[in-house]
Amino acid sequence: MIEARDLHKSFGAHQVLAGVTLRIQKGESVVVIGRSGGGKSILLKHLIGLLQPDTGDVIIDGESIARMSERQLLRVRRKFGMLFQSAALFDSMTVAENVGFVLRREARSHPEEIRRKVAEALDMVELSGIQEKKPAELSGGMRKRVGLARAIVYRPEIVLYDEPTTGLDPIVADSIDQLIVNVRERLQVTTVAVTHDMRSARRIGQRILMLHEGRIHFEGTPEEVFSTKDPIVNRFVAGVADTRNHNF
Amino acid sequence: MERLRERFEPLGAFVLWSKEVFVSIVAHRLNVRDLLYQMYFIGVKSQSVVFITGAFTGMVLAAQTYFQFHRVRMDHATLAVVSISMCAELGPVLAGLMVAGRVGAALAAELGTMRVTEQIDALRTLAAHPIDYLVVPRFLATVITMPLLTAASIAIGIAAGYGMCRIYLGTFASYAYDNMVKYTGAEDFLTGLIKALFYGGMIGIISCYKGMTCREGAEGVGRATTEAVVYSSITILISNFFLTLVLNKLLQPA
Repeated sequence: MIEARDLHKSFGAHQVLAGVTLRIQKGESVVVIGRSGGGKSILLKHLIGLLQPDTGDVIIDGESIARMSERQLLRVRRKFGMLFQSAALFDSMTVAENVGFVLRREARSHPEEIRRKVAEALDMVELSGIQEKKPAELSGGMRKRVGLARAIVYRPEIVLYDEPTTGLDPIVADSIDQLIVNVRERLQVTTVAVTHDMRSARRIGQRILMLHEGRIHFEGTPEEVFSTKDPIVNRFVAGVADTRNHNF
Repeated sequence: MERLRERFEPLGAFVLWSKEVFVSIVAHRLNVRDLLYQMYFIGVKSQSVVFITGAFTGMVLAAQTYFQFHRVRMDHATLAVVSISMCAELGPVLAGLMVAGRVGAALAAELGTMRVTEQIDALRTLAAHPIDYLVVPRFLATVITMPLLTAASIAIGIAAGYGMCRIYLGTFASYAYDNMVKYTGAEDFLTGLIKALFYGGMIGIISCYKGMTCREGAEGVGRATTEAVVYSSITILISNFFLTLVLNKLLQPA
């Protein structure tokens, strides 16, 4: 279970998180929506301990991680897989080396077994046979899939997605959404995604949280989000820049 | 008081970070393959620049010394000056400056780019400590290869200086050679190697720090790279003065 309690975070004078509290159950699929630059990715990075809150706490399976050192965090992070917005593949390595990174470092598995697991993970993201390619040779959508394969190959319990469909064409974006759902169903992982793509949010999320001005402004099922009368949520869902242009 | 604190805060952050690096070296298993790869990149690939620097410095030093000494009939002391200068000062300092330029820039740019493209964050999510995985092999590789590069640079510099002496002195060059062997002690060479060890450490730690703490975007990487080279070079030149005084006290026979 993931729990955030009253998270505050500022960068200089700019307050990004102003008291975020949330709770995500095991096996659940939660999407955080909100404006670009509104702190969604910052929130996600707090959940895995890449950033530390100014005040507040993050609790993963009953363990408080907000004040842990980087070394203590390494153990907790083993429960997580994360797909970055830019995929963040290691560009000096091949696809196979990227995907097998954790397995090779843990050195528990035989090279042959690592090869098999890497092939299996690439299979799951529908990209077989590209093991020897370098990240620079791949398209944006392929990179994201390799990033996803790298995040799930060691069977984490929680997978975090940072803007999984941003910068992709609608068809590729749809296939990524499909993959996220497949991964959740096949591996029974807890899924947390942040996005501003409402189509994607509706497809992946069982529950949607809206982050607005540093707080969770709204929480509900996709149906509730699309039918609510809340003006802020409405405007975001419809993609309208200003209330004066309200015409739906 | 507040301004003073602001001025010294970056230095404090650097010291704490360096402590992390040393803890990692002592307490965590090193990946030998990564270390060898970095030694190849930092050491082997720097050979040409360092050797060219050594050769031409040795030659110009021999020529200049000969021009001055010839006037006072001290030609036979030319090579002794070349060898001691190369061993204790010019060899390590010039090799250090060249490596700071080549390797320092490359390390800061590589790590800085990894940081701005979230690759370092990705590494952290994959349960790898960036200091163990990225910094330690690079730091140790510069520490190990700098004395080796310096030793080679000194040898090449002296050989090139000897070549110049053959041209100017003809057969009398062997007198100059004898004098060189007589006046150059093991402590001079040792001074150079110890200095090189320090410079390697400084280049490694400053450049990795600059890369790992690089700011956002292309501008951030550019700045980190420039600062890595400038700070490494300045640190080498300043610490050279103090190292000379300290090592002279410790190593030179009274």
